[in-house]
Amino acid sequence: MIGLAHYLTVAAILFTIGVFGIFVNRKNVIVILMSIELILLAVNINLVAFSAYLHDITGQIFAMIVLTVAAAEAAVGLAILVTFFRNRGDIAVDDASMMKG
Amino acid sequence: MDVQAIAFYLLATMMIVCALAVVMARNPVHSVLFLIAAFFSAAGLFVLLGAEFLAMLLVIVYVGAVAVLFLFVVMMLDVDFSALKEGFARYLPLGGLVAGVAAVEMVIVAVAIGAHGAASKNAAPVASVAGVSNAETIGRVLYTNYVYYFQAAGLVLLVAMIGAIVLTLRHKPGVRRQSIADQVARTPATGMRVVQIKSGEGLAP
Repeated sequence: MIGLAHYLTVAAILFTIGVFGIFVNRKNVIVILMSIELILLAVNINLVAFSAYLHDITGQIFAMIVLTVAAAEAAVGLAILVTFFRNRGDIAVDDASMMKG
Repeated sequence: MDVQAIAFYLLATMMIVCALAVVMARNPVHSVLFLIAAFFSAAGLFVLLGAEFLAMLLVIVYVGAVAVLFLFVVMMLDVDFSALKEGFARYLPLGGLVAGVAAVEMVIVAVAIGAHGAASKNAAPVASVAGVSNAETIGRVLYTNYVYYFQAAGLVLLVAMIGAIVLTLRHKPGVRRQSIADQVARTPATGMRVVQIKSGEGLAP
């Protein structure tokens, strides 16, 4: 029987994969954005699993809000990336500190 | 093992393998495609939990919009991605160690919550009110109890849209654009010139 712990475990593994992706791809900002999407997906899985097993719909409403924020974050992040690429001709983020005062 | 358990293990394994491929792939285009596969598997997990509406939302929003946005940007930017991959092997052991420790800790907590938490006495997942579909259950509370959160989500999307447009809008020099204000402000005095021509002479430029 598949219980709450199964879903929480899957979400935990997905979350750590996202954190790991940010760790190892710290130059490639596109993969960092995708890792953030994975992290938010793990959070959504947690919310929906708790919502289903606690018989409370609120978790799914909150998952929708998280989904909205994730979509907005991806759009703005990619827009910043495009602008950065236009200004620099490259997307290596280890020299993104050029705006430091 | 029943069908539900087989489906769960299949979808969960596929999702985790695809997520690992997202962060390990050499080519970012492959990363985006694996991201799409991971989101599809997550949508399957949502269906297993009974949350069909969120599953469809995940497919539409992520596969239909966000992943395509990622694909556009990855293909639009002409970047040497092999150069961005350097340092990958250097960070791999430490990153793997940290991620492994964090994963083990969270799994222990998850197992404890599953066994003793408030949800442990509810055996089966129920994602909607009895006799009502999941979408209707969400709709009943989304537009009543949570209507301000709903409007705030719309506001977030509006601000993100305006932000993305402002960030990427670029006026090329040397392109003639339509100026509505100039067109509306035009009068006969500024817009045309009356020339008196003597007969038999024609119009000399």
